Amino acid sequence: MKDVGKNRRRGPLVREAQIAGWLFVSPMVLGFTLLLLFPMGQALFMSLMDWPLLGERHFIGLHNYRNIATDHLFWKVLGNTLYFTVGLVPFNIVLALLLALLLSKSFKGIGLYRTAIFVPVMTSLIVWSIVWKYMFATDSGLINQVLLLLDIRGPAWLYDEKLAMPSVIVTSVLKNVGLNMVLFIAAMQQVPRSLYEAAMLDGAGKGKSFFNVTLPMITPTIFLTVVMTIIGSLKVFGQIYVMTQGGPSSSTKVLVYYIWEKAFKLFQMGYASALAFVLFFVVLVLTLLQWQLRKRWVFNESDT
Amino acid sequence: MKATPNAGFSRPLALLGVYSILSFISLIMLVPFLWMLSTSFKEPQDIFTYPPKLIPPAFRLQNYVDVFQLIPFHRFYFNSVYIAFVVVLGTVFFASLAGYAFAKIPFKGRNIVFLILLSAMMIPHEVTAIPMFLFMRELNWIDTHVPLILLPIFGAGGVFGIFVMRQFFITVPTELEEAAMIDGCSRFRIYAQIMLPIAKPGLATLTIFTFVTVWNEFFDPLIFINSRHLMTLPLGLSLFTDEVGTSWHYLMSATVMATVPLLIVFFLAQRRFIEGVAMTGLKE
Repeated sequence: MKDVGKNRRRGPLVREAQIAGWLFVSPMVLGFTLLLLFPMGQALFMSLMDWPLLGERHFIGLHNYRNIATDHLFWKVLGNTLYFTVGLVPFNIVLALLLALLLSKSFKGIGLYRTAIFVPVMTSLIVWSIVWKYMFATDSGLINQVLLLLDIRGPAWLYDEKLAMPSVIVTSVLKNVGLNMVLFIAAMQQVPRSLYEAAMLDGAGKGKSFFNVTLPMITPTIFLTVVMTIIGSLKVFGQIYVMTQGGPSSSTKVLVYYIWEKAFKLFQMGYASALAFVLFFVVLVLTLLQWQLRKRWVFNESDT
Repeated sequence: MKATPNAGFSRPLALLGVYSILSFISLIMLVPFLWMLSTSFKEPQDIFTYPPKLIPPAFRLQNYVDVFQLIPFHRFYFNSVYIAFVVVLGTVFFASLAGYAFAKIPFKGRNIVFLILLSAMMIPHEVTAIPMFLFMRELNWIDTHVPLILLPIFGAGGVFGIFVMRQFFITVPTELEEAAMIDGCSRFRIYAQIMLPIAKPGLATLTIFTFVTVWNEFFDPLIFINSRHLMTLPLGLSLFTDEVGTSWHYLMSATVMATVPLLIVFFLAQRRFIEGVAMTGLKE
């Protein structure tokens, strides 16, 4: 920026850069302002209004937020969202780490395994959820058919209040674990070889060198994936929509599903906006926390 | 793949353990696909047979034909393909244009604008979706493909594209541009004829990413589309889980067909895609 100021006297080329620069970025900046920044402001405004799709709108201040605080369904939904997140994140990260550890070596058939684990990441979440809904189906589902071979009468997975959420969690972990795995493999491959040699000279075995070398060296990536996976979990929607529609008796109704229902089924736009802002604040806090903590305990900060 | 430290597993027993863990997990990943494929060829009465059969007793190709009669499947397909095409084209063009400017043209305010763009990436889509719905309604664009095309190009996907492209352009030496400028090349020609060809790997990464994202997008079509003939594949399939849902063989043949293009793209671009994930994930 300072350079630009100094260069201004240099004449037409610099002026050309001003014009060209703004021309080049203007489509994106314009579109972004209209389709992201402006709606963001409007959403905040709407969250302070009683805003039905048709009919009168009133400014009601923080009333929506106050209503949220006393909305029993909201607390249940928030609890479900946390249940999903707490169930999914450790499961996902530990499995991804294990897979990355196994698949960062080189041996025969490694490409095949990597592909098998990564393919679900590519697949549409909706297709994946439809297929798993079928896997969990009570009579025709493969899981219960296999259980029947062992003489076990399988439960109605997605229609059981206790089992529906765990079923969705398993489905979701399998869908996305490959993504974190790839990130971990990439991080592991950047650990300098000399560190392992040094550890070996110190008499460290494989387990020790994993905990003393690999793990500390990839903390930046672990940290990043944990935060991203948490944020992703808080926004879970597609698999719930396809597999359970929030049921049975709201046992899988999560925050985004609730927002969608309020906004686009019941058309309570103001209330839904306030709910969306609750989500936004949580994501914001997590993102800021990520930046703060990153500086403190993440080893070997190499970001630009 | 390069071998990493303490590469290979020396003891055969350890190797066996590794192979069995990996095979088990891979099996869990692949069985749903196989089961989907198997069911897609089954006669309705073969779905409930006990014990379950992975190989259908009679291959019923007719399922694949019938789906097109039961639901406007060809419309879903066509809509998904052309929306993906337009979005990829738009994203790659506008994001690379802006990415180039942010990387190479020293204009006033570029740092602050770039920072605003980046920070807006953390706005959850669900927050802006509600005003966006009303906005599109004002413009009479509900139940059209306009929002499905504009939102990904200029929303978070586009900003992500700018970020990726900027990273690529930054590494290009400035001397190359200066030489072209002395020859009287315009900025746009430098971008189009010098920079874009150099940035081909970046463009490929962005293309694949954008394609996968837009092909799989579900929330926006769910909000903006009502008419059957305008639905995309994920939306169409999800809405028909109830109608066709009891006939799993139809639904499975539809999901097989919806997955094939993605798998083709994936196998063609596997290396680049996985590297892209790793790279952008690391650099955040």
